[in-house]
Amino acid sequence: MAAILETQKLCKSFGALTVADNIGFRLEPGARHALIGPNGAGKTTFVNMLTGAIAPTSGKIFLNDQEVTQTSQAARVKRGLGRTFQITTLFRSLPVLDNVALAVAERRGDAQRMWRSASSHREIIDESQDLLATLGLADDAATAAQDLPYGKQRLVEIAIALGLKPRVLLLDEPAAGVPSADTERILQHLEKLSSEIAILIIEHDMDIVFRFAQVITVLVQGQVLVEGPPEAIAADKRVRDVYLGEGEHA
Amino acid sequence: MSGYSVDPRIRWTEWLPWIIALAAFFLLPEYLSLGARILIFILFALSLDLILGYAGIITLGHSAFFGLGAYTAGIVSTQLGINEPFTQLAAAAAAAALLGVVTGAIILRTRALTLLMLTLAITAILLEVANKATWLTGGADGLSGVRVDPILGAFRFDMYGKTAFLYCLAALFIGWLVVRRMIYSPFGAMLTGLRENTTRMHAIGAPVYWRLVLVYTISATMAGIAGALLTQTNQFVGLNVLGLEPSGDILVMLILGGVGRLYGAFIGPVVYLVAQDTLAKQFPEYWYFGIGVLLIVVVLFARGGILGLIDKWLPFSKPRSSARASAR
Amino acid sequence: MILYVISVGLSVTMGLMGFVNLAHGVFAMAGGFIFASLLGRFGVPYPLALVAAFVAVAIGSIFLERLLYSRLYAAGELAQVLFTIGLIFVSVAVARLIYGTLAAPVFLPEYFKGQVHVLGRDFPTYRVFLIIFSSVIIFLLWFGVERTRWGAMVRAAVDNRAMAQSVGINTRRLFTLTFALGSGLAGLGGAVGADIIPVQWGYPLEHLVYFLIVVAVGGLGSLRGPFVAALLIGIADTACKYWVPQFGAFLVYAATIALLLWRPMGLFGTRT
Repeated sequence: MAAILETQKLCKSFGALTVADNIGFRLEPGARHALIGPNGAGKTTFVNMLTGAIAPTSGKIFLNDQEVTQTSQAARVKRGLGRTFQITTLFRSLPVLDNVALAVAERRGDAQRMWRSASSHREIIDESQDLLATLGLADDAATAAQDLPYGKQRLVEIAIALGLKPRVLLLDEPAAGVPSADTERILQHLEKLSSEIAILIIEHDMDIVFRFAQVITVLVQGQVLVEGPPEAIAADKRVRDVYLGEGEHA
Repeated sequence: MSGYSVDPRIRWTEWLPWIIALAAFFLLPEYLSLGARILIFILFALSLDLILGYAGIITLGHSAFFGLGAYTAGIVSTQLGINEPFTQLAAAAAAAALLGVVTGAIILRTRALTLLMLTLAITAILLEVANKATWLTGGADGLSGVRVDPILGAFRFDMYGKTAFLYCLAALFIGWLVVRRMIYSPFGAMLTGLRENTTRMHAIGAPVYWRLVLVYTISATMAGIAGALLTQTNQFVGLNVLGLEPSGDILVMLILGGVGRLYGAFIGPVVYLVAQDTLAKQFPEYWYFGIGVLLIVVVLFARGGILGLIDKWLPFSKPRSSARASAR
Repeated sequence: MILYVISVGLSVTMGLMGFVNLAHGVFAMAGGFIFASLLGRFGVPYPLALVAAFVAVAIGSIFLERLLYSRLYAAGELAQVLFTIGLIFVSVAVARLIYGTLAAPVFLPEYFKGQVHVLGRDFPTYRVFLIIFSSVIIFLLWFGVERTRWGAMVRAAVDNRAMAQSVGINTRRLFTLTFALGSGLAGLGGAVGADIIPVQWGYPLEHLVYFLIVVAVGGLGSLRGPFVAALLIGIADTACKYWVPQFGAFLVYAATIALLLWRPMGLFGTRT
C-alpha cells in the first residue's frame, strides 16, 4: 500500500537544539494513527513540518507520492491536507457558519469571487450547514465562535478542517482542554469520520488513543521510539519507562 | 458586515448619504467646492478602509497612491496635452494600480512595524521625487495649468463647482457600489477572515500573500482615482498630496468615522473636513491640538469611531442577519 | 550620532514593550526646547541644562506612561499608532503655541565655538564634542545593559516577558523606568543636537521618518542596531547631499527599503 503521507529522515534543529531527529514516518490511506510522546518530544513541531508551517532542516515529505517539502501550507491544503490546532484557532468574532464557510469556499475556489454576495452562494452555505449538522452544531450556526463553550469550539475546529474535504487530517490534541463530559462527544464524532480520510491524531489522553488508534507511533526527544498496534505499544517496556519514569508503579 | 450570514440587500438607511449629497447640491450652492473635496476624501477613505478595516493592513503610506494619481492626472495634461477627463482618470488609475501591485508585492511579505516603515518610506520617496523633479511636477510651487475638458464634451467645469461636485459624486457612487459588492462577496468574507486570524487562513489553503496584494492593488487604484479627481476639480496639484501628512489625515478621518464599517469612511471625512473648514480658519493653532486630543480620546474610549458610538446607542443600525441562515 | 541617541530609546521601547511609539520625536523636541529655554532665557550653564533636560523629559514621560500609554499595551498596533499620532498632533500644536514658529535658538557656551585641530584637519569643536558625547552615552548604555543587573532584567524581559514576570521581575516598573530612560535619552538627544537639528514645532513630524528608519533598520530591541543604522544613515545622508544633491534623501529611503526587504528584522533585530 502506498502511504498517503510519508516523511524520510526528517530533521529539525533550532540552533543547537534538535527537535526532530531522522524521523521516518508513514501514514496509510484510511489510517487511524496516533502520535504520542511525553511533553517536549517534538510532536507539534513534527505536525507543523507536515503542514508546512515550519520548514525542516533536512529530510523530505511526501503527500500522495509527490514531494511537498518546499510546498507552501496553502498548496498542501489544496492537495488534501487538513489540520486542527492544539490551541483553538478560529475566526472568533465570526459566526460558526462563516468559520466553516470560509474553508468550504476556499476548497471550492469561490473565495475570490467579488460580485455576487456571499450569502447567495447557496452551495457553500448548504454544504457548511450540512457539515455543522453532522457534528451536532446545526443550532449554533449563527452564534459567534467565541461565544460557544470550549468543547463546541473544538468541534468547530474539526468542522473547518472537514470543510476542506481533506484526504489526510492531522488532529492536534482535539480533546485538549475540553471538560471530560464533552470528550465523549468529540470522540464519537471522530469515530464517525469517513474511512476514506487518513487521520493522524496527536494526543496525551491515553483513553482516546487506545480507543481510536489502529497504529501508534511513540515520539521521544524528536526520535521515533517505537511504532505498532495498540496492544504492542501498551506492552512495550520502553514506552512504559518513558511515560511512567523510574520508581513508579506500572 | 461581510460574511455568509449577512443579508446583502441595501437597506433604506444606506440611501441617506446620496440623498443628503443631492440635497446639499441644491440647497448649499456656496459650499460645493468643499462638498467636492469631501466626496473625494470619502473615496480616499473608502480605499483605505478596504485594506485597513477589512484586510487589517496598517499603512501610513496610502497618500503615495493618492498623490501619484493626482500628479499623473496633472502631468498627463501639462506634458502630454491630454485634457479629456476620463482619460486622465484612467491614466491615474493605471499608474496607481501599477505602484500598488509593485510595492504591494514587495512589502506585503513583511508585517507590523517593518510594513509600516516601508509604506512610510515609499510615500516619502514619492514626495522627494515630486519636490525635486520641478520640470515635471512644479516642485514646491505645485503643478498649475492643468486643463480639463468638459465632461462628455458637454459639461464644463464651471467656477461654482457644480460640475465638479456632480462629477465627484458620480465617481464616488461607482466606487461605493464596487466596494460594497466586494465586501458582501465571498472575497469580502475572506478579507475579514484574513484580518481575524491569518494563521487559520493559511491553514484552510488561502494564498494569503496574493490575496493581500490583490486587495492592496484595488485599494491603490481607488486612491489614485480620488487623487486624480482632486487635481481635476482644482486644476492644480501641490506637494501636500504626498508624504506623511495626508496619510495621517485620512487615517484620522477614517478612525473618526469608524473603521471596517463602510460608512465610517463617509462620516469621518464629512465631520473632519467640515470642522476643519469652520474651526481651522478661526483657530488655526488649535486645530492640530483639537485633532490630536480627539484622536487620543477616540482611541482610548471610542475605538469604533462615530459609528461605533452610534451602534451603542441606537441598536437598529446593526446589520441584519440573513434570514436564511436561521431558517434551517 | 544625535540620531542614535534619540532613536536608541525608541528601539528599546518598541522592542521591549512592543509598543509602536511614533511620538518618540515629541520627547526629543521637548528636551530640545527645555534645554534651549534653560540655556537662553535662564542662563543656566550648559552641562546643567543638559542634565535638566534629560531629567525633566524622563519624569514627564513617566506621567504619560502611567496615565495613557499603559492603557494601550494590549490594544493592538493600530490603536497604538493612532494614539501616538494624536500625541504628536497635540504636542506639535502646544509647541507652536508656546514657542511660535521659529526654531529654538541655542546659545552655545564659548568653549564650544570655534574649531579643534585633530589629525591635521580642523573640525568644528561642537561636532567633535557631539561625537565624543554620543560615544560616552553608547558606552554607558552598553555597560548598563550588558553588565548590570538592571540590564540583565531588561534583556530578559525583552526576550520573554511572561517568563521574566514569573521569575519575579516587576515588569510593570521595569517598563516604566525603561520608557523613562528611553524618553529621557530622546530628550537629551534633542537637547544636545539642538544646534544641528533645529528644534521647532514641526520637529516630531519632520524627523519621524528618520527615527523610524533608524529603528527599523537597526532592529527592534537591540542597542547596537540603531547605532549602526544611525551611523550608516548619517553617512549616507551626508554623502548623498554632497555628491548627488539633486537626489536628496531619495537614496536613503531607497536604501532603507532595500535593507528592510533583505532583512525584515533589521540588522540586529531580536524580535519576531
